[in-house]
Amino acid sequence: MASHYEAPIRKALVIGDKGYHDVTVDIAAPVEGRANKHWWIVFSIAMVAFLWGMGCIIYTVSTGIGTWGLNKTVNWAWDITNFVWWVGIGHAGTLISAVLLLFRQKWRMAINRSAEAMTIFSVIQAGLFPIIHMGRPWLAYWVLPIPNQFGSLWVNFNSPLLWDVFAISTYLSVSLVFWWTGLLPDFAMLRDRAVLPFQKKIYGLLSFGWSGRAKDWQRFEEVSLVLAGLATPLVLSVHTIVSFDFATSVIPGWHTTIFPPYFVAGAIFSGFAMVNTLLIIMRKVCHLESYITVQHIELMNIVIMLTGSIVGCAYITELFMAWYSGVEYEQYAFLNRATGPYWWAYWSMMTCNVFSPQFMWFKKLRTSIMFSFFISIVVNIGMWFERFVIIVTSLHRDYLPSSWSMFSPTFVDIGIFIGTIGFFFVLFLLYARTFPVIAQAEVKSILKASGDKYKKLRDAGKPLYQINGVTEIVETVKEEEKTIDIDDKEVSALFDTIGVFNADTDTADDLKKVKGIGPKMEVTLNEIGIHTFAQVSKMTEKEYDLLDSITGSFPGRAQRDDWAGQANKLNSNK
Amino acid sequence: MYTFSNKLKIASFILMAVGLLGIGVGFLSAPGTVEEAKAIVASQSNGHGDAHAVESDANEHGEHVAEEAHGHEASHDSSHDEHLLHQLQNKPWAALYVAAFFFMMISLGVLAFYAIQRAAQAGWSPLLFRVMEAITSYLVPGGIIVFVILVMSVLHMNHLFVWMDTDVVANDHLLQGKKGFLNPTFFLIRAAIFLGGWILYREYSRKLSLRQDESTDDSNFKLNFRISAAFLVFYLISESMMSWDWIMSVDPHWFSTLFGWYVFASMFVSGITVIAMVTIYLKSKGHLTDVNDSHIHDLAKFMFGISVFWTYLWFSQFMLIWYSDIPEEVTYYITRIRDYKLPFFGMIVMNFVFPLLLLMNSDFKRVNWFVIMSGVVILAGHYLDIFNMIMPSTVGNQWFIGIPEIGAVLFFAGLFIFWVFRALSKAPLQPKRNPFIEESRHFHY
Repeated sequence: MASHYEAPIRKALVIGDKGYHDVTVDIAAPVEGRANKHWWIVFSIAMVAFLWGMGCIIYTVSTGIGTWGLNKTVNWAWDITNFVWWVGIGHAGTLISAVLLLFRQKWRMAINRSAEAMTIFSVIQAGLFPIIHMGRPWLAYWVLPIPNQFGSLWVNFNSPLLWDVFAISTYLSVSLVFWWTGLLPDFAMLRDRAVLPFQKKIYGLLSFGWSGRAKDWQRFEEVSLVLAGLATPLVLSVHTIVSFDFATSVIPGWHTTIFPPYFVAGAIFSGFAMVNTLLIIMRKVCHLESYITVQHIELMNIVIMLTGSIVGCAYITELFMAWYSGVEYEQYAFLNRATGPYWWAYWSMMTCNVFSPQFMWFKKLRTSIMFSFFISIVVNIGMWFERFVIIVTSLHRDYLPSSWSMFSPTFVDIGIFIGTIGFFFVLFLLYARTFPVIAQAEVKSILKASGDKYKKLRDAGKPLYQINGVTEIVETVKEEEKTIDIDDKEVSALFDTIGVFNADTDTADDLKKVKGIGPKMEVTLNEIGIHTFAQVSKMTEKEYDLLDSITGSFPGRAQRDDWAGQANKLNSNK
Repeated sequence: MYTFSNKLKIASFILMAVGLLGIGVGFLSAPGTVEEAKAIVASQSNGHGDAHAVESDANEHGEHVAEEAHGHEASHDSSHDEHLLHQLQNKPWAALYVAAFFFMMISLGVLAFYAIQRAAQAGWSPLLFRVMEAITSYLVPGGIIVFVILVMSVLHMNHLFVWMDTDVVANDHLLQGKKGFLNPTFFLIRAAIFLGGWILYREYSRKLSLRQDESTDDSNFKLNFRISAAFLVFYLISESMMSWDWIMSVDPHWFSTLFGWYVFASMFVSGITVIAMVTIYLKSKGHLTDVNDSHIHDLAKFMFGISVFWTYLWFSQFMLIWYSDIPEEVTYYITRIRDYKLPFFGMIVMNFVFPLLLLMNSDFKRVNWFVIMSGVVILAGHYLDIFNMIMPSTVGNQWFIGIPEIGAVLFFAGLFIFWVFRALSKAPLQPKRNPFIEESRHFHY
């Protein structure tokens, strides 16, 4: 980890008077408390949507893909649009947990847990679409390269659609492991706080028997870094391969080399918007305003602004290159997007994705919670339209004008989409009631450096820890110290080199200022006759050994902490 | 305060002098007539065996715009010879242009890195700000030299940009369609705007950075933060367009939407590499005492990470074009794989395989001489990258890394060293009042 020093102009990441125990209590509260009425209402709505979607899926599978609005020309529409939209949303979680970890961004710690949960839940939604689209989902295992005896075909390795299968399943697995690794100490915290034996048992299982020993933490940190290193190229690869689904083709509007990085930027853009949508609600409902602060929202808005601008730059590049290429099909594809029958989709996309994030240049707007929420919804809508525009407008007018057509979704298309939104919220709401929604162990690791309470204590020049009842401790020490058996011969040998303390002429120093000398050791030293820095500073190897043999405690401690060197400095600064 | 040592100064002058000599030899040995050109090729093929000459004869069919323009009227043989003459006449110019662009690109890459550090309020890097500012100071002479070469192209003193030739455009339907963008006046206006914008930001940010050291509040720092964020927007757009103008348009039929970002990755990694190298050099001379191995480690991590990012973009562009196999697009890679096999694949090894293997281990990233050695490979690799972008469309299969190419690199390296270290000696190497300077000094992990 980087050093604990933080520039004074940096704002606190944990606001309010929060100590270590407060963090535990605040984050365990939603799990340990009971669900309120609002939760049940929202959960019921999500559940109904989910069940409706399930019904539509069952209808599709039992009847056939013909229940969708697809036609001969537009043979790929909402299914793939929704798929790309959900995969894209998933990207923010990995970006926050892995890429921001590598960039040592401490603000990620309040939001990474929920963002990763969002990643996993949205990738689950995305995965549904290819499976339903297969028509015979019970043969879904055919996408895996299994020997011919199992099925009748060997998968087509030339197809990016197959690469998607590997990319997304790898991504889901790594994200899940990464998420769970981070959860272990937090589940252990819930386990240790649990009162009922059943809950204790469950959280004990979920935490894989986390013991909190140093070895556990060391392995935890090692695994986190390795997974972050693995997840970073993965997060790039997933949307890159999704973009290959289109870009490897020769369809005007699909085949363009900027697709891979532009899709990744777009995915991060939409993912951050979804994180904002979820967390702005969650911080309110779960009373986490001290951890997910306005500054967190502001920073996420800046990421949205940045990625939105990159996406905008890519739109304009595509548009320009279509003209510059001199390829008339390419030129027409873009002209048709902007002015053809789907102009409304194109301009919705432009407005939502390119213009709306530009409001975030204004500090007032990006620190307004209501406005951030509004923009996050707008961006979610815009990014859905982006995929719709790319997919449907490029297909609906092909090379043969007689086959030109439009796409209109059926109730099944809409039902499945709504159903996945319902499913997503069902999962997220359940998660919010049962999981620690903030990585409390990580937040605690930055509390001293970035917590408001400790920042204030530091500014006031006060110690960060105050142990109540200091006097008591000193008294017990005094009782013990009398038991030390002091050999006079050794002591006199010691004073030959370091000099004797004369209570009349010399004043005693506060030896506790030397690192490694605690109240107990100070009393012992005083007992022997060492009272000043000057005396300590004259100590060498020999005296240290003598001292060890006299006191008999902490052998080698004095060398390690270089008492003499420290005392020398303190003496000259006196 | 750093003083520009005489030894380094003399070394930079020697580099410039030797480089100038090489550039001069290149121009003097360029052929003036078709006969001379043929003689040169003939002598080469005698020297190297005749495989090269046979190949060059067989391959000159309709690949290049210049040939298309001339090829339709004149008989095939004479057009081929004239084409050969143009390629050989372009050779010293292309060598000069590649090196001039490469060193300008380093300083432009550093400018982007610097603006990102400021806009992101990074805590680790303020100790390196003066190094970055010194490298970006080269943007003034480097940018002007590139601009002058572009003006010379517009004045038809060379044939680097074939679309500037009105005869060619008159016979080329595609180029006529691009006239609204690819015309000499607009081209130079754009170049002036890009360079003007970059230099303006660079000078203003440097001024604020120096003023912050003397001021009593953080107002300069805050203003610098704001203009850096605004500059990045300008940079995002101007860098892409610059790469279309100054590089992609040497092959005016070809297009790729990713091209701008791909060139950006190249300049970004080269820039970061040079920051690391200059920092390590200054440290070895006993300056920048607060810069520790963790800073070098971070720079090396960026060298590693952006090298992988470069490869990602290289692969994305290559793979999509190769996979789709559309004739208009795929010629770009066909020419390169056929005529530039060694530099084309060598560049991938140098820019990807080497950094990946050398800089993977985290201990190696803290070993200063190791970072320097990896940096040399990375810089050479990205020179080759630019070489592969410019040469195939300007000199065709007549490429060779010889006296003109090496001379140009030496000359610009000398100028770069001279200018950068002169700028370093103008201000204290460590910013005093940057609010993050303490964080940067405490930086270790």
